[in-house]
Amino acid sequence: MNCERIESELIGYMDGRATVRERREVEQHLSACAACRARVEGLRGAWSLLDEAPATEPSAWFDARLRQRIAAEPAPGLMSRLAAWVPRPRLALATLALVAVGCWAALTPRPNLPSPVALNEQEEFRMIKNMQVLENYEVLKDLDALNELQGN
Amino acid sequence: MVRSDVQLMLGVKQGDEVSFELLLQRYRRPLCHFLNRMVRDSAQAEDLAQEVFLRVYRARREYEPSAKFTTWLFRIATNLALNSLRDGRHRQSEVSLDAPAQTQDGSEMKLDVPDGAPVVEQQLVERDRLDVIRRAIFNLPEKQRAAVLLHKYQELDYDEIARILGCSVSALKSLLFRAYEALRLELAPLVAPESSGPGPGGTLEGKRS
Repeated sequence: MNCERIESELIGYMDGRATVRERREVEQHLSACAACRARVEGLRGAWSLLDEAPATEPSAWFDARLRQRIAAEPAPGLMSRLAAWVPRPRLALATLALVAVGCWAALTPRPNLPSPVALNEQEEFRMIKNMQVLENYEVLKDLDALNELQGN
Repeated sequence: MVRSDVQLMLGVKQGDEVSFELLLQRYRRPLCHFLNRMVRDSAQAEDLAQEVFLRVYRARREYEPSAKFTTWLFRIATNLALNSLRDGRHRQSEVSLDAPAQTQDGSEMKLDVPDGAPVVEQQLVERDRLDVIRRAIFNLPEKQRAAVLLHKYQELDYDEIARILGCSVSALKSLLFRAYEALRLELAPLVAPESSGPGPGGTLEGKRS
């Protein structure tokens, strides 16, 4: 293996992630190549220098700020809540379609039929009107007699 | 028992705030460190880290444990950092390479292009060695920088880093080699102080492995 081909295996060799075969190939090459041995030494030196560079720590108010930003997030919309509640989208769609049909049926204007309330009022009025007749026994008796006449 | 990242994230998906809090505790520092080294601006890095957590929170209902949580997390972070650096470049496109800029600690910094050991020797005389190391990392091309940070500091495996950066493992190995090779050349005077005169610290021997 030449210097160029060994390059892509050098980092794996240094960080210990190379396979046994890759490691053996690199070691064989290094034993015969002084330039690559020097390069590995330099890489190891740079590698360990990187440990010295400290990173800036997050500020003390990081969590508080994040909580504030999360609290300011808009609440999930009706659709996403519905999607979370109904795990199957097809079922959610079917439910939605049913609701839509229901709404359409409820809101569609109908022909001018007398309302049930109006009907009841008319019946009630007729009944009250007839009550006088029913109360008047004499009239009723006459009516029965007339019926008999008609029946004959 | 310690809950895995995926278990915690599934908890977040179900609306468990404690799970989100635990993920925040686990990844706040590594994420801030990574972003800080990527953009080299602590305030901006912290903003970006917050944005990463916010995106995780927003996407919680759609989360599926198809990949490692860290792959997802650092992929968001890397993309945000790269976009932010690109935006910054647009804003600073008028800045001359010789114009003074501010370093992380607020002191004046010269945006000179590194061109080998002599420049580093001057920097050794002028500046703190830690700043030289930090600058060496920052001077790497963005993708190489992200690869080194994820490999060296986050210790992610090759497969995961390759997924984060959207490349093959063999391309990643080559990318890492080029990055470490550039660092070796730039940091050579620090690694071998006898060849460049005594540095300000003078205790490099003990650091070598």
